[in-house]
Amino acid sequence: MWQFFHKLGSPKWFYGIAARLMPWLLVLGLLCLGAGLVWGLAFAPKDYLQGNSYRIIFIHVPSAFLAQSVYIMMASAAVVTLVWRMKLADVFVKAAAPVGLVLTFISLFTGAVWGKPTWGTWWIWDARLTSMLILLFLYGGVIALDRAINDEKSAARAVAILVLVGVVNIPIIKYSVDWWNTLHQPATFKLTEKPSMPAEMWVPLLLSVIGLYLLFGWLACLRMQTEILIREQRTRWVQDLFHVNGGAR
Amino acid sequence: MHPIRKKRLTIVLFLLAGLAVAVGLTTYALRQNINLFYDPTQIAAGEAPADVRIRAGGMVEEGSVLRDTESLKVAFKVTDFTESVTVEYVGILPDLFAEGQGIVAMGRLNSEGVFVADQVLAKHDENYMPPEVADALAKASESRDIAAEATKTLAN
Repeated sequence: MWQFFHKLGSPKWFYGIAARLMPWLLVLGLLCLGAGLVWGLAFAPKDYLQGNSYRIIFIHVPSAFLAQSVYIMMASAAVVTLVWRMKLADVFVKAAAPVGLVLTFISLFTGAVWGKPTWGTWWIWDARLTSMLILLFLYGGVIALDRAINDEKSAARAVAILVLVGVVNIPIIKYSVDWWNTLHQPATFKLTEKPSMPAEMWVPLLLSVIGLYLLFGWLACLRMQTEILIREQRTRWVQDLFHVNGGAR
Repeated sequence: MHPIRKKRLTIVLFLLAGLAVAVGLTTYALRQNINLFYDPTQIAAGEAPADVRIRAGGMVEEGSVLRDTESLKVAFKVTDFTESVTVEYVGILPDLFAEGQGIVAMGRLNSEGVFVADQVLAKHDENYMPPEVADALAKASESRDIAAEATKTLAN
């Protein structure tokens, strides 16, 4: 177990593994997300109250789910950065933050578009919406802090601390609808209960979530590879890689 | 694990625990400000200030909606199934507004305890179902009512 963990710290080893994983992640991700979206947007039955406008859920829920999930992954990587000083963990945080930012924005935007016809307002300062906005600013802050510090090692540590501090926001987002009165409805999916939604609605939703996860994996691998190449450009293996592939450098 | 790493890990865990406690206490202290609306029980208990813009939320009581025939004025009761408060509103209600649906109204509580709203928002619940299923459920409960009534008549 520890051996695998230390191997994971080697940028060269990860670069190779990522290259082998990426085609699978991309193809499976596109298939799942495509199937989920087409099924959800075109074939799933409409809702008895909201009609067709509920279909935004097939974009809103996967992006909101991933936005929080990516942050948790970044926080775990931040612990690895702080405790084990593993470079690859920092590479992941750097690669994932902009993706998380975009996902958070998509969930806020689709939520606003849905909120106008359903609730009667684009935006309301309730606990769920506000904590999600804080998540957006956290992602923005992580990116800005990383860019602001030139030294790679101090940037890594500062960013890791910011990410860790922000992780307290995640349970707040998750439980905001249970702890306080909010306009946002409580969760439809709970671990302990059956979803309050029929299977022909939640199966395409689940497919979209899985698809988006896989696509995030692909995108994270791609961005990490790029970051590794930039950081290791002076090492032997990177130079070899490019001479072999036609001498790009 | 290496002792230095163990020490770093302890520091990280302490940082997280301390932060969680701090944020937990802060949000607990601010809970009334974080709550989006007062529920009817809180209003009945006098927790909501009168003549200040506040939000009230709950379910629209079945059979309580009274529409003015001359204007857009509407009055209804909002309940949380223990207490209820009367809401008055002039304007267009959102599409999802219906008896038995959740709403959040913004406005002031007047001296008679009537909530005068200037904005009514619909609150959606977490349940989704296809229209056919909803119809079937409604029919099932209707026929159950009929059956119940039939047994009552028979018993009499």
